[in-house]
Amino acid sequence: MAKSKSMAIFVSGLWKENPVFRQILGICSALAVTNLMMNTLIMGLSLIFVTAMSNLTVSALRSITPVRIRMMVQTLIIASYVIIVDILLKAHLPDISEALGPYVGLIITNCIIMGRCEAFARHNTPWPSLLDGVASGCGYAFVLLTVAFFRELLGFGTVFGVRLMPGGWTNWTIMVMAPGAFFMLGGFIWVARSFGPRDGEKPEGAR
Amino acid sequence: MELGLSAFVIFFAAIFTNNILLTNFLGMCSFLAVSREVKSSLGLGLAVIFVMTCTSALNYLVYHHLLVPLDLVHFRYIVFIIVIAAFVQIVEMVIERFSPVLYVILGIFIPLITVNCAILGVALFMIIRDYSFSQSVAYGAGGGIGWTLAIVAMGGIRQRMKGAKVPRPLEGPGITLIIAGLMALAFIGFTGMIQIQ
Repeated sequence: MAKSKSMAIFVSGLWKENPVFRQILGICSALAVTNLMMNTLIMGLSLIFVTAMSNLTVSALRSITPVRIRMMVQTLIIASYVIIVDILLKAHLPDISEALGPYVGLIITNCIIMGRCEAFARHNTPWPSLLDGVASGCGYAFVLLTVAFFRELLGFGTVFGVRLMPGGWTNWTIMVMAPGAFFMLGGFIWVARSFGPRDGEKPEGAR
Repeated sequence: MELGLSAFVIFFAAIFTNNILLTNFLGMCSFLAVSREVKSSLGLGLAVIFVMTCTSALNYLVYHHLLVPLDLVHFRYIVFIIVIAAFVQIVEMVIERFSPVLYVILGIFIPLITVNCAILGVALFMIIRDYSFSQSVAYGAGGGIGWTLAIVAMGGIRQRMKGAKVPRPLEGPGITLIIAGLMALAFIGFTGMIQIQ
């Protein structure tokens, strides 16, 4: 029973209620960091860590947090974990930290995390909350990696810096520039929404 | 990062060549959600311009005169968020008290701004690029105007598209992203003029 419930949480975070293409949350960084697979992977891992840990913390503190100031408390919890990630990246992966620039700090305003804290962690015990955080984070990372895979492949002819395209390949420079990000994510949402459940979907998907 | 860049150049660069929304992707959430009509887009845009200009000045002062001397730069994320949230709260109270007309126009948009990542993004960019005070304020104002320009244009396009037949899975965010891509493509035309990075 417990196992199947964990499974259900995972599946819903990864596909059924995927934060990016179902709920349209966290779009900013989904567009900004996806021109290289490596940056995207680090960003995805950072987000999984922050979402999971803040969900855990919010859930553990849920009985002693006054309802009226809970937003402030949640923001502070999230910001603390982001600072940890930022310091770690600066120390161990300075190149990537520089490439990601302000987008590491912007994890704080990534609505996925706040959304999960509000919608799930506030009403559930720590263990499922942690799982829910990991699942949502993985859903986000999955979309980002897919988008990044195509952008890097078409824009540079490489994947993780390894050349895949044949010699005569002309790079689609537009793919690594801003418009390519919009087209790719728009296309991804189109494909993803063509499959999967339609029920319960409002005619205007965005919030 | 040229330090000699005048505030005036940064102001225009932030509007056109380095549009905060179309090249840096900041503030996408509210961009996708609110851009259905010109009227509401303009309301939110005006509120963003005002808050962005003032908070970039405030954050600059707090960062350089409080955090740097105290060696607390790692706490800048928390401090910036608190400054922005507090400022937005104060603005809301002041407007409600002194200008009911403005409150009716901007009222519902003001709380939305706290979670608009463009505001925090501007503050972080200004630190990373080492701007001076006047450059920071110019960047904040230009960024706000650029953001407003993009969202109002998008509102106009989406208003026109209401009757259009869009493939079902592409409705809403999908098509909005693709239109934004086309707009970004148009804005690339400006890039030759000035460059800040």
